[in-house]
Amino acid sequence: MAEKKMRQIAIYGKGGIGKSTTTQNTVAGLASLGKKVMIVGCDPKADSTRLILHAKAQETVMDKVRELGTVEDLELEDVLKYGYSGVKCVESGGPEPGVGCAGRGVITAINFLEEEGAYTEDLDFVFYDVLGDVVCGGFAMPIRENKAEEIYIVVSGEMMAMYAANNIAKGILKYSSSGNVRLAGLICNSRNTDREADLITALATRLGTQMIHFVPRDNQVQRAELRRMTVIEYSPEHPQANEYRELARKIFENKMFVVPTPLEMDELEELLLEFGIMELDDEENVGKVENA
Amino acid sequence: MSAETAVKFVTPTPEKEIERVKKWINTEDYKEKNFARTSLVINPAHACQPLGAQMVATAFEGSLPFVHGSQGCASYFRSTFNRHYREPAAATCDAMTEDGAVFGGQNNLFEGLENAYALYKPKMMPVYTTCMPEVIGDDLTAFIRNAKQKGLIPEDLPTPYANTPSFNGTHIHGYDVMLKSILQDLTEGQSVEGKCTGKLNIIPGFDGNVGNLREYKRICDLMEIPYTMLADTSDVFDSGCDGEYKLYAGGTKLEDAAESINGKATVSLQKYASTQTMKWIESEFTGQKAVLPMPFGVKKTDELILKLAELFDKPVPEQLKKERALAVDAMTDAHQYLHGKKFAVFGDPDYVIGIVSFLLEMGARPWHVLVSRATKKIKKELDALLETSVYGEGCTAYINKDLWHMRSLLVTDPVDGMIGDTHGKWAARDAGIPLFRIGFPIIDRVNLHRTPVIGYQGAINMLTMIANKFLDIKDETCEDQWFEMMR
Repeated sequence: MAEKKMRQIAIYGKGGIGKSTTTQNTVAGLASLGKKVMIVGCDPKADSTRLILHAKAQETVMDKVRELGTVEDLELEDVLKYGYSGVKCVESGGPEPGVGCAGRGVITAINFLEEEGAYTEDLDFVFYDVLGDVVCGGFAMPIRENKAEEIYIVVSGEMMAMYAANNIAKGILKYSSSGNVRLAGLICNSRNTDREADLITALATRLGTQMIHFVPRDNQVQRAELRRMTVIEYSPEHPQANEYRELARKIFENKMFVVPTPLEMDELEELLLEFGIMELDDEENVGKVENA
Repeated sequence: MSAETAVKFVTPTPEKEIERVKKWINTEDYKEKNFARTSLVINPAHACQPLGAQMVATAFEGSLPFVHGSQGCASYFRSTFNRHYREPAAATCDAMTEDGAVFGGQNNLFEGLENAYALYKPKMMPVYTTCMPEVIGDDLTAFIRNAKQKGLIPEDLPTPYANTPSFNGTHIHGYDVMLKSILQDLTEGQSVEGKCTGKLNIIPGFDGNVGNLREYKRICDLMEIPYTMLADTSDVFDSGCDGEYKLYAGGTKLEDAAESINGKATVSLQKYASTQTMKWIESEFTGQKAVLPMPFGVKKTDELILKLAELFDKPVPEQLKKERALAVDAMTDAHQYLHGKKFAVFGDPDYVIGIVSFLLEMGARPWHVLVSRATKKIKKELDALLETSVYGEGCTAYINKDLWHMRSLLVTDPVDGMIGDTHGKWAARDAGIPLFRIGFPIIDRVNLHRTPVIGYQGAINMLTMIANKFLDIKDETCEDQWFEMMR
């Protein structure tokens, strides 16, 4: 039997873009294809697994560490939960806002998972759902030291989401020179902006990658979320569930892993101008108030 | 087992290649590459901020230094003092670990302060930090206030604190901010309009030589000037051995430190290790203030004594005049062995400035002068000092360079001797020159921390050490026909 290789995938993207929702729905899609998956939430807010676990909030690694006083006394079963279709769920958690170091919390949690053998051989996929802004080295932990080698960026046709995607691509470029980290595609989580699919396809091309899937906007996602469920579990027949299954299939079959070619700021602005997201104004008007 | 198989090279590099590199690192070509180095420091001539903070935190009566941060850092500070003074160096640490790094160190600080106070009943616990709590942004102000509000330590226990990240500044800056914080804490509400204690506040700065501190005190005693030393490590780190261990030996009395705000005058003898403290003292303390150079050599000792005489309206005592005459005599006796000799000097800025000044006085040439992590102001001061003497011609002051740079200088542009702390011993050995151990830390010789190098007495001590070493070398290396009875 050929050796099966666990694929580790990190999902990045601007805060609020829908990373957690997209990740969980995609994971549900993979699980429904019979794949074994683990989700590692890397965000102090700890909301990366609630749709899989149907739980308000999972007890996180750092919650337990806080309770026990030290990571050494922590057991894997204290923090590893099983959800929909046997998906394994862990949340790193972190300190309260404004104290300590959340980035270090991610490092502590992932080291703990590795040492305690959470990465079992039967797993086909591990997904890391990472805090929107990669503010420090801790949030780059999932793509360090041969962990996640495939990265998907969740993006929409909004300007700031695209800026963020480009910045993340810069980070991937940095790590790709010292390891096997590759950009595997952009996931467009639609906000119904004009020519969104074309724009994201164009951005993907410029970054040297692909728009792996265009996820249309549908309120069914919110309806499922109210029940703390993925669309796939809540309404498997709904067209939106098909979209996520399609995304899952594409990720499963994906072979396009690239070292990205991030854009310079003016290149990105040109792209936005081309698609009418930004309008050209005279350089002399920059910094002037509306009716000046 | 033969000797050849017993000792193996840890590198697979062929011996021939090792020989080639050994020769190459002594060349001009290598020196150029070495000096072009930007991102790497090799054997720096400085320690980190919390080490300096610990020296001053130890120097008060009943004071228990408290490290907020990692255990390993705290061990480094303590062992450095242990090795230098060959004395215990009591200090506590709240031992932040992984969870402390994630959640912040407040709980560590709580438990640490509570335990340390309960066990050791200190009169004061100065708190200073290592890198870890500084990187994660621990709020010492709030943490310590919370600890007192929770009743973990008494409300009235002085707990001055300083942020002392190691990635910023050096030990002298840590000394400075900790001293300022301790004085701010102890003098709070003590200033009395019109009151004058008639005392001198003397700030020795970061000085690992307790002999120097005692020499300052002796000079004050001879001049009949009452003083408070801020802060006094002499009996803390040199308490003698009478069979009884004292956790709190010596140190500046807290009430003396509290009263220092009403002193007659404040004199700092290390400009660069007391910049912030003196700035604050300038605006808060009564009386006159003066920042003087460390009194290395005759000229700078004169400067101190005349300033003290002026500030306190006292005559220069006969005893000091006599000691000055002895120093001048000793300099005359020894000058032929130092005159024209080239030296490399490294260390803390105030020490280096003092040593350079002394060497120039002796007609010796401070050929390579090196201060690591220094500002352009220090470079300017050194350049100006070298320009005051014909013996400074051709000498160069280097700032922000390390002891691997120094090694390149020694092998490409040789000198006769090097002056600095123990860290210079490799470079001196490679260059085949003696290292005269003056500075901190000195961890490979005994008693040098008790031998003053400042003042008239210090000048004599330095001459004895340096001239005799040169004479030893001559006796050990000269050919038979030059081996003389008299030198």
